[in-house]
Amino acid sequence: MKNEVVPSLGNRAFAEPAAAAVAGRLLPPVLEIDDLHVQFSTSHGTVRAVEGLSYSVHPGEMVAIVGESGSGKSVSALAVMRLLPPGTARIPAGRVRFDGKELLQLSEEEMRRIRGREIAMIFQEPMTSLNPVLRIGLQIMEPLTIHLNMDERAARARAIELLTLVGITDPDSRLDQYPHQLSGGMRQRVMIAIGLACNPKLLIADEPTTALDVTIQAQILELMKDLSRRLGIAVIIITHNLGIVARYADRVNVMYAARLAESGTAERVFSRPLHPYARGLLAAVPRLDRGRSAKLATIEGAPPNLLAPPEGCRFRPRCKFAIDKCHEVPPFVAVEPGHVVSCHRASEVEELDRLPGQAATAARAAKANGADVILDIKHASKFFPIRSGLFGRQRMIRAVNDVTLDARRGETLGLVGESGCGKSTLGRLVLRLDDPTAGEIRFENVDLARLKRSQMVAVRKRMQVIFQDPYSSLNPRMTVGQIIAEPMRVHEVLPKPQVAGRVAELLQLVGLFPYMALRYPHELSGGQRQRVGIARALAVNPNVIVCDEAVSALDVSIQGQVINLLEDLQHKLGLTYLFIAHDLAVVRHISSKVAVMYLGRIVEYAPADTLFSSPKHPYTQALLAAAPIPDPVIERARPRRIISGELPSPLKPPVGCVFHPRCPLATEDCKKAVPATRELGPSHMVACIHA
Amino acid sequence: MVWFLIRRLLLVIPTLIGVAVAVFFLIRVMPGDVVVVKLRADGAAVSEETIQAERRRLGLDKPLYQQFADYMVGLTRLDLGKSLWTGDSVAREIAIRIPVSFQIALMATIIAVLIALPLGTISALYRDTWIDHSVRVLAVSGLAIPSFWLGMLIILALLSLFNWLPKIGYVSIFEDPLTNLSALIWPAISVGYRYAAVSTRMMRSALLEVMREDYIRTARAKGVWTSLIMRRHALRNALLPVVTVIGLEFAFLIGGLVVTEQVFNINGIGKLFVDATARGDFNLIQGLVLFIATIFIFVNLLVDILYAWLDPRIRLS
Ligand code: SF4
Ligand code: SF4
Repeated sequence: MKNEVVPSLGNRAFAEPAAAAVAGRLLPPVLEIDDLHVQFSTSHGTVRAVEGLSYSVHPGEMVAIVGESGSGKSVSALAVMRLLPPGTARIPAGRVRFDGKELLQLSEEEMRRIRGREIAMIFQEPMTSLNPVLRIGLQIMEPLTIHLNMDERAARARAIELLTLVGITDPDSRLDQYPHQLSGGMRQRVMIAIGLACNPKLLIADEPTTALDVTIQAQILELMKDLSRRLGIAVIIITHNLGIVARYADRVNVMYAARLAESGTAERVFSRPLHPYARGLLAAVPRLDRGRSAKLATIEGAPPNLLAPPEGCRFRPRCKFAIDKCHEVPPFVAVEPGHVVSCHRASEVEELDRLPGQAATAARAAKANGADVILDIKHASKFFPIRSGLFGRQRMIRAVNDVTLDARRGETLGLVGESGCGKSTLGRLVLRLDDPTAGEIRFENVDLARLKRSQMVAVRKRMQVIFQDPYSSLNPRMTVGQIIAEPMRVHEVLPKPQVAGRVAELLQLVGLFPYMALRYPHELSGGQRQRVGIARALAVNPNVIVCDEAVSALDVSIQGQVINLLEDLQHKLGLTYLFIAHDLAVVRHISSKVAVMYLGRIVEYAPADTLFSSPKHPYTQALLAAAPIPDPVIERARPRRIISGELPSPLKPPVGCVFHPRCPLATEDCKKAVPATRELGPSHMVACIHA
Repeated sequence: MVWFLIRRLLLVIPTLIGVAVAVFFLIRVMPGDVVVVKLRADGAAVSEETIQAERRRLGLDKPLYQQFADYMVGLTRLDLGKSLWTGDSVAREIAIRIPVSFQIALMATIIAVLIALPLGTISALYRDTWIDHSVRVLAVSGLAIPSFWLGMLIILALLSLFNWLPKIGYVSIFEDPLTNLSALIWPAISVGYRYAAVSTRMMRSALLEVMREDYIRTARAKGVWTSLIMRRHALRNALLPVVTVIGLEFAFLIGGLVVTEQVFNINGIGKLFVDATARGDFNLIQGLVLFIATIFIFVNLLVDILYAWLDPRIRLS
């Protein structure tokens, strides 16, 4: 394989002293990856998962690897650890120098001594990354006994020290617990404790917070940043979240389709992205600090299939600046010291982008104020009884507790909150997949709970749902055409002969092609499957669509496309959305009104721009403070106020204001009664006595 | 966990009642009349009157609901009734055959576990190498070869190679361990092979499954060496499904060694079952079915307890 790095600008460009924006840069790097290639042999051919990747990491530095799924970011990290599956993966070329050693040349036994001792790794899924049948203590003490030959007593003492370091209270008794007794955030803290056990020089964190809620994510990342600074540990953080990069990373490497696209300090890459992909990515993320004035810019198309990638620049099929020369692989060019871009047109991109053409589309006029209320939720509650033990007392999980909301025709009502706050249950109540314990849910002025089954059928036609995981919600044995036609058949909306035509029409409406009706879901990409889910929902001409985390599983560039599609459809068809999501920026972008939920209750409810620009409830404020914004300049100037603690058990909600155990403003009064909802501004409802 | 066990124990009673009711009526659909079979067994000319008299003596002339009531009342006193053939109590008929069947099942289990755990582990560890392939060939043959046929081969081999045959007739292991073992080891091996094959395959696939888990990757990233990963991180998790297979096989062996017992001429539960069915001995069949159902239930309970011991998620919930 030919070396695609121009020698004069190759790896040395990274080590230039002038690039030492960070103090650590003056020290020699702990890790230097040079021209790394990784391939997987599959039954369909060779997948080139990483191609010509080069970057370096210096002591005390936090380096981010950003990219969408399949970009090679995780694979390259596993290659450094030499943890790739031995049968299928190959490293045909490349050098990985760590602390003076060439890792790819070491024997397995030599490498084993480095793993966990000098390089530690933290994985994405805290739920499955710890062994369920072993005590936490053993799992933390394991590297200590293995690498440092500590005896049981010393290892236990160190384990307690480590748990304290990562902010786990009562460490002594935690050691005797099993992973399932800890929350996700706690488990990730334990993983970090394991990683830090032997004072490694390098910590690789592969999407460490993707599975966690935003307030917990902030706690974990703050912890990692702080520890890396204090202990001088270099950190590689692999993520798809640009906000995290902006807030925490010193340097960033953007990967696209197995290759490095752009690399530089976070400040420079964010303020002056020069690779068209990096630019597109930054434009495509919805931002918490921006209103919903403009449509999201998107990168059209989808990342290439690495079994048969396009020749030359991998981004060419999606690049709006592509020229003939792009059929050749672009070299790495240092556009400024320490800022490297792999694009033939890197020097012109800024000029080109300024030209009118694909400029931001006009503001949208989603004014629904005059319209009638289509969905009216009044004091709705849903309690689930839970019985413990044979004769145990019956207890109640108050999943939804006295919720009042409404949505007007043609607008989007956003519902945010962390997992377990009850937002999905509320969605189920609206769809009447569950019956409310109390209260009313009125759809077009009819209380759904009063309807009989037969009457509900007619309502279901006008109210549809789009789920998070497009794959599991589409029947794998049906073709796309059958999937979309199914609701039409059930509700008999069209005479049979017209169905095929309508399917084709719907496919085009959601930006797919009519021929795709014959495909099966597994033949489509994630974004396309979600479009199929949308087409299926539209098949019966609904008025209201409940979007339950509808874009959460999609990569940034695809997510932007789907959000735009949802907005376009809303305008064309006058749809009303109940948009349930945990991603605050997405909710801000798409919603006209937003409700914030915590432990079954709505704590704040206001027009989107009001809520995000002047949040009144301490929980909303905490959520917004915890969610990072993809702009290092803003991030670094922003005061960090990270709330501590985790969501209490819904079985034993705190008395009075449910937020008081975590609330920075809490007083004795807060524990006395559930705060009444007050209107603090026009349509700005807040349930807090001190707001 | 304690509650869970108590609840399971309480459930045993309705389950057994259900089994008893079902078996009572199902048997009576079967053709064959024990009295006719018994009295006319050797072609003797027995008069219809004699037959009716015998029926009356055994209570078979009573209406069905009466018979059912008698049977259920007997059960409440743990009385399984008398064999229609020998006139002995059913409980006794079963009891005298338990030791031999139980011993064979236990020995077969030990053989299977001793073979399956190491072989399955090695096979998974050296996946797709010649070692793995040989183990899998061995396992597949174990599944393909019927136990009784292997038993016949063993007998032939013993006879032609050593001109020796195990003693016929059961001697308790406590009286004469050597004679006992030298007789029972052969049937135990012949059923143990199949048993081992099933468990080896289970062990291998469970272990391969576990080796793909995230926590194994975590262990590797910690620098744990392979043998310790296997011992500490993988085995316990992989054992969970294997325990189920072993337990169910054990329960099956107690009553299911129908042909193998014939081959080795062992008077165990399996043989008793065949005899009872051939003779249409309703009472004995009912008793046997109840007995085997009880075994299954308790083995299942034991499996659950083992599960809880292996997996803290069950133990502590
Ligand atoms: S090399 Fe060409 S195709 Fe690739 S990013 Fe640059 S302009 Fe676009
Ligand atoms: S009522 Fe009190 S505890 Fe609740 S959010 Fe307001 S200040 Fe905090």
